[in-house]
Amino acid sequence: MLKTFPKGGVHPPENKFTSGKPIEVLPLPAMVTIPLSQHIGAPSTARVKAGDTVKTGQVIADSTGFVSANVHSSVSGKVKKVDAFPDASGYRRMAVQIAVEGDEWEDGIDTSEVLKTEITGNTEEITGKITAAGIVGLGGATFPAHVKLSVPPGKKAEMIVINGVECEPYLTCDHRLMLEKGPEIIVGIRILMKALNVNRAIAGVENNKPDAIANLQKYAAAYPEIEICPLKVKYPQGGEKQLIKAVTGREVPSGKIPVDVGVVPFNIATVFAVYEAVQKNKPLLERVVTVTGKGLSRPSNFRVRIGTSVNSLIEAAGGMPETTGKIVSGGPMMGKALGSTDIPTTKGCSGILLMDDREARRKPARTCIRCAKCVSVCPMGLEPFLLMPLAEQQWYDRAEAERAADCIECGSCSYTCPSTRPLLDYIRLGKAAVLKNIRARAMAK
Amino acid sequence: MNIILFTIIVLVAVGIVSAVILYFVAQKFKVYEDPRIDTVSEALPAANCGGCGYAGCRNFAEALVKADDISPMFCPVGGNTVMMTVAQILGQTVDAQNPLVAVVRCSGSVEHRPRTSVYDGASSCAIQHVLYTGDTDCPYGCLGCGDCVVSCKFDALSMNPATGLPVVNDANCTACGACVKACPRSIIELRRKDRKDRKIFVSCINKDKGGIARKYCAVACIGCSKCFRVCTFDAVKMENNLAYIDSKACKMCRKCMPECSTRSILELNFPPRKATPPAPERETAAPAEA
Repeated sequence: MLKTFPKGGVHPPENKFTSGKPIEVLPLPAMVTIPLSQHIGAPSTARVKAGDTVKTGQVIADSTGFVSANVHSSVSGKVKKVDAFPDASGYRRMAVQIAVEGDEWEDGIDTSEVLKTEITGNTEEITGKITAAGIVGLGGATFPAHVKLSVPPGKKAEMIVINGVECEPYLTCDHRLMLEKGPEIIVGIRILMKALNVNRAIAGVENNKPDAIANLQKYAAAYPEIEICPLKVKYPQGGEKQLIKAVTGREVPSGKIPVDVGVVPFNIATVFAVYEAVQKNKPLLERVVTVTGKGLSRPSNFRVRIGTSVNSLIEAAGGMPETTGKIVSGGPMMGKALGSTDIPTTKGCSGILLMDDREARRKPARTCIRCAKCVSVCPMGLEPFLLMPLAEQQWYDRAEAERAADCIECGSCSYTCPSTRPLLDYIRLGKAAVLKNIRARAMAK
Repeated sequence: MNIILFTIIVLVAVGIVSAVILYFVAQKFKVYEDPRIDTVSEALPAANCGGCGYAGCRNFAEALVKADDISPMFCPVGGNTVMMTVAQILGQTVDAQNPLVAVVRCSGSVEHRPRTSVYDGASSCAIQHVLYTGDTDCPYGCLGCGDCVVSCKFDALSMNPATGLPVVNDANCTACGACVKACPRSIIELRRKDRKDRKIFVSCINKDKGGIARKYCAVACIGCSKCFRVCTFDAVKMENNLAYIDSKACKMCRKCMPECSTRSILELNFPPRKATPPAPERETAAPAEA
């Protein structure tokens, strides 16, 4: 029997049209807009100003605290503006706009494709390189990677868990990475193991990607401490708590983080970025983005420089079909609908999904029929049907008692609701209020 | 017959014993409550709206009786008359306060602020606000889902389907402030209520630079400062590319309104202007006429 997490979960249609499409390098755009806040934590401060010339890989914004990350120029050219530009939600945030001129890389960056397996440098050097490279969690949460590498005192990392699950329908960027960059990923895992001083790593990959599992197993065969673990296909297996439960059997308690049970999780794309940063000195300035949708003429996986406009991605994938009803950044389950396509791709953007009008439209919400389907699919064991009215009525202390803060916002409840109630929309609101209350109490103490 | 007699005797005996016990228990555990709390709470409007900052009228009455000085406390629903009565009961004095009224500071109706996307999520401004800038691109403007209307307990707010904006019914508004709290974008403000419900205010809270604000909305304040320069009472303040008219300092001279190039300053319930200068026509539905 294949492993999986025990509680809840759904299995939406996979629609992985692009799993057979090799990663293409998207031609350089004429202009990039690189947001200064592409990670969880404090926004970075710009180091460049309008008129400066920058090279590819040069730091353009410094991290402003421990939980923050450097931002690098993804192109070479001239800084046109340092100003507020709309981000994925439409709100204006600080960003650096660079007009592209040629592609001149910063000195010391190895742009060759040669595999470098020998890991030099000690723990500090590796962590330093990862911090300097501005690497954040590429699975979507964009949590700075160097923070995970510094285990808080009193806690001990015993193993790392690699997330190659890609449980979101449509997305295939991690799948392609596992197929095409297998050896690099194994080196990346070894680097992270060395940085955390652990001697065990488990990579969870869902069983709908047998080729990726076989590929990783082939390259991992030489390293008995690295295990590739095939998993049963179930959403949201990519949630860190679900994945850890599935591959190790350990449960991260409510309100705790994975390192409390001795596990440090990383996304497979983050592992590849770590390889590039440590072995090639290449900062995080590009990522693989799946551009897909039922109506698209050429759905593809692109390697995209950070800051490229979503427009140019859609153009490269064959242009926007007439029937497009919704454009989502990320997967269909947890992604964010975009108000405009004139926004930059960021470190956390794993896919651009064009849904047709019929697919996208939400049905009107009807009354709750108390079928408890949302309860049975909730992977965190919550009661969404109850949390929704609690959030709606702003009954936040009760919502806290019902553990609204544990919600991972996977959307399984809204997906499964036969009355098409906007469960997650309200729970997310309640969760934010509950977290705010918890923080306020902690501050008062 | 005997059965009935015994029953009555036993029951009466039990009753008397219980009464005696209860009497002593009541004496022992007696809770003294200031009788003025009842009087004050009767004087309050019993709307339980929370506009005073307390959970309900009873809580407010308790707080009033306890307070040494009630002048900073105010019941917006009852207004000055109720506060005078309460002051009388408690033997204190209060100064008359200017009544307030809720004012919607956004004029981004459909014609002035084109819709750029369709929002089909849960019908709640709070949710829409968290997700994105809204179905118009304006990150400051009204989202039109009516969280304020839901929050109003006095039937003073309604959505105008033609403009997609909330409308305040001045006669019903008690200035309890529920809508101010409900609006995730802080568009609604409590402003001084003037005679005949006259109002003059900047109906925009967009803090973006003029060019950007103008892109979203034809009637956005672009921060040109013309109103600021023309005001002789220091009532107009300029901050973050946005003009704000302080209702306490404003003398309702109406000089600023014709200056506004984007017609973002609204004047409501004034008699029509005399001929010169021709004020720019404003055809949007006036938020105060309900």
